[in-house]
Amino acid sequence: MRRLIDLLAPVALIAVLLGAWETACRALQIPSYFLAPPSAIGAALVADAPGLLKAAGYTVSNALMALLLASLLAQALALTVTLSRTLERAVQPLTVILQVTPVIAIAPLVNIWAGTDHPGRAIIALATIVAFFPIYSGAVTGLRAVDPDLMRLFDLYGANRFQRLWRLRAPSAVPFVLEGHKVAAGLAIVGAVVAEFVAGSGKVQGLAWRILDAGYRLQTARMFAALFVLGLMGAVLYALLQWAERAGLRWWRGRSGLAGGGSALKS
Amino acid sequence: MSIAALREVGVDYPRGAALGPFSLEVAAGEIVALVGPSGCGKSTAMRLLAGLEPPTRGQVTRAAGRCETAVVFQAPTLAPWLSARANAALPLELAGTARSDAFRRADAALARVGLAGAEAARPAQLSGGMAMRVSLARALTTEPKLLLLDEPFAALDEITRRALADDVLRLWADIRPAIVFVTHNVEEAVYMASRVVVMTRGPGRTAGDIAVAGPLPRSPGFRTTEAFRATVETVSQALAQGMAA
Repeated sequence: MRRLIDLLAPVALIAVLLGAWETACRALQIPSYFLAPPSAIGAALVADAPGLLKAAGYTVSNALMALLLASLLAQALALTVTLSRTLERAVQPLTVILQVTPVIAIAPLVNIWAGTDHPGRAIIALATIVAFFPIYSGAVTGLRAVDPDLMRLFDLYGANRFQRLWRLRAPSAVPFVLEGHKVAAGLAIVGAVVAEFVAGSGKVQGLAWRILDAGYRLQTARMFAALFVLGLMGAVLYALLQWAERAGLRWWRGRSGLAGGGSALKS
Repeated sequence: MSIAALREVGVDYPRGAALGPFSLEVAAGEIVALVGPSGCGKSTAMRLLAGLEPPTRGQVTRAAGRCETAVVFQAPTLAPWLSARANAALPLELAGTARSDAFRRADAALARVGLAGAEAARPAQLSGGMAMRVSLARALTTEPKLLLLDEPFAALDEITRRALADDVLRLWADIRPAIVFVTHNVEEAVYMASRVVVMTRGPGRTAGDIAVAGPLPRSPGFRTTEAFRATVETVSQALAQGMAA
């Protein structure tokens, strides 16, 4: 019963808000180019469905590609800098600069480098930059966050550098890396959409282009429809990554007695 | 035969002296309890014995090699991503033993500490006492000559403490390593050890070195004997003097 209420509460709130929105649009006779009522947005969603799905596919595939690239680069760099404190200190300012510089500000530059004929490359590169940092910082934190007693034990048993990295540091970092991926997935979508806005041309057929195109024509309902798909896509990706994180953690620490209400083994 | 010895060692940390001058000689097969007030340098002395850090002054001699020394910390210190078996096999695997052989010996060590059947369990699935037993099994897989226990039962309830103390004595009877263990509990020290070394408050020096009469391993009945009570009293007095010193 509690679960049902938890599940229905957000649905009910959204329904109430949509109802109020629809009623306000009709009662106040708000022009639809200014604020489209939910009914018009629904209709636009149905009418545009094939195009929206194609655009969403374009955006999400770029975002996923960027997530994959960011994951590989961030983890490789994190493993490398763990080998030396000096290297980590040398790399840190660069990664921070990369993180704090707004992606929209570097987009025109990346656009030039990628070549105007390949906006897809620019989009993937920009989304990769945005998704890189949470994974990198999670991995570095995780690789350093080793139980000091476990470290002493590895010292005592004469573990070499490689054993320390692969048998202690890397597995210790798993929860941090999983969390980093969850955050990075959402950012990859944001990065891909921002990049689409900047790299916007006839060749870029993502959701951002749909929003821009509908905006130019003052078709507010179609803008909302594209925004709705974008939000839904982000939420689904986040939920998937959250599920993957939980599954990963279960694999990492075994089925915990704490989550399952007690284990048969505990005495 | 001496397994490990600290001779007039001193350890200084940036915040001040942590230990010494302190001397301790551990003979093969004996059980030594280290008791003393908090911050007197007991854990530092253990790290010196384990070879995990060098002394600032004095000399450390160790007849037991690295792989012949094992440490059990206050917390079980298990890798959460490894099964009990893989945790227990870790020292052997790090030393290059083949996995199948290491696992076989780990299973035997787990059986010795009463954990047969729990080999595949992860640390999160074990109770505090069971996790401590896995930690003990890990220390035993290398069949150490010197076993260092740094307040191994401090986080456990009284019943589990006593059961584990008896387990340690039983295991000692099997492979006869020299054991040095740190405890805050005077009765536990007297019950388990053949010798109780009392330390002064930090930087710790020796406040007393008291032999415990009665053969090892001890039966639970030992706790009710006059000799036990008299030794507890002697150790408590030495501890009180050490606090004042």
